[in-house]
Amino acid sequence: MKKEINFILNGEKVNLEVAPGEILLEVLRDKLGVKSPKCGCNKGDCGTCTVMLNGKTVRSCLVLAIEVNDQEVVTLEGIMHSGLTPLQESFLKHNSFQCGFCAPGMILSATELLGKNPKPEKREIQEAIAGNLCRCTGYSPVIDAIIDLTN
Amino acid sequence: MSENQFDYVKPKFLNEALDIISKSVNPFILAGGTDLIDMIKEGIVQPDMVVDLKGIEQFNQITFKNDILTIGAGVTFSQLIVSKVIKDNFPIIAELSRTVASVGIRNRATMIGNICSAVPCMDSGPLLTSYEAMIILAGPKGERKVSAENWFINSRKTAIEKGEIVTGISIPYPGKHAGCFVKLGRYEGEDLAQVNLVILALSDGNFRVSFGSVAPVPVRAKKIENLINGKTISHTLIEDAFNIIEEEIKPITDIRASKEYRMHMAKIMFERGLNAALSRLNGAGPEYGISVI
Ligand code: FES
Ligand code: FES
Repeated sequence: MKKEINFILNGEKVNLEVAPGEILLEVLRDKLGVKSPKCGCNKGDCGTCTVMLNGKTVRSCLVLAIEVNDQEVVTLEGIMHSGLTPLQESFLKHNSFQCGFCAPGMILSATELLGKNPKPEKREIQEAIAGNLCRCTGYSPVIDAIIDLTN
Repeated sequence: MSENQFDYVKPKFLNEALDIISKSVNPFILAGGTDLIDMIKEGIVQPDMVVDLKGIEQFNQITFKNDILTIGAGVTFSQLIVSKVIKDNFPIIAELSRTVASVGIRNRATMIGNICSAVPCMDSGPLLTSYEAMIILAGPKGERKVSAENWFINSRKTAIEKGEIVTGISIPYPGKHAGCFVKLGRYEGEDLAQVNLVILALSDGNFRVSFGSVAPVPVRAKKIENLINGKTISHTLIEDAFNIIEEEIKPITDIRASKEYRMHMAKIMFERGLNAALSRLNGAGPEYGISVI
């Protein structure tokens, strides 16, 4: 019972057939070759599968691919079309990641925050990335990099 | 996940949605999907039909008319956080919404989904019992309303009947008031509540107190309200209230906390929440959104 869906992925039109039970994360990774969203917990707790749906971060492990029909999806690949963003440069400078598994989700969450609030307080930064778990860094270098960028 | 064989529709009108669910064997309503899609993946539910409500525009609205706040079935927690009507008239709703999971979940999850899943640790339950909210349902026989108090029947069990869809929640404005939402998690940000509490301080000197996560359904603590209504809050009065808390709530021990710890914290949360609500009513106290524990 496959259905055709059309959506915008990182600025380009995409058309494919999916079964209603297919999960966006799996479709992005396995059918469309977009590998920045990762499967960490597969149940909404870790944030590694974060993508933007109509400009807002969502957990792609908890989205049906069919739900994005006629919508717009942006992944990390989409925000760095023309190279690293200033936010990414700041993460690089602060050595914010170690293994990097959390990085795509962390970058998208921070990007969403800065879009809404260019000068967030530390508390607001912590709240914005609270759903992006990182096993390596203890979060300090991530928060420092965001603060540094906004100063 | 191709083993999940179900059909999917995204109707534009409520009637269409009702028609589809009346013709399906095991239909499920999809709003934010943060509970439903997890349950489908885990095999806890096996829908034959998933009806996505996000195509029904009227569900996307927050309105405040004739002293009634109406929150549509598609309104996300993120919308509740930024809404001006809520900030101006029901700031406690925004305070609560900011503690629900994480941004990436709040961007999709809805308050109506929260009360339809009705897990005991849901945050919206004590809010709605304290505000004496009504749950609005549409069904084959038309519209009906159920009070929040009668809505929650047991853990994961609500008063919804077959063929019905929750279209929204209406919350009567209780006059000028203040309140406090207090939530005990293991750490700040993204955790399920071990105890949660909503206290409203009304300008006539009355209070409304509801606890969540300490019983299968939210508990409106009327005995505590009767004790403190109209009184000046003193230390002795709070000590008396502590004794009643022991009668009113029945926390359990589970993977997240012991019942003794929950009971102890419920008292501390009650005292601090009450003080915060009262000082907010007088224009002071911690800003909404600042945790009192
Ligand atoms: S994989 Fe989606 S939140 Fe963890
Ligand atoms: S850098 Fe390894 S999980 Fe964050």
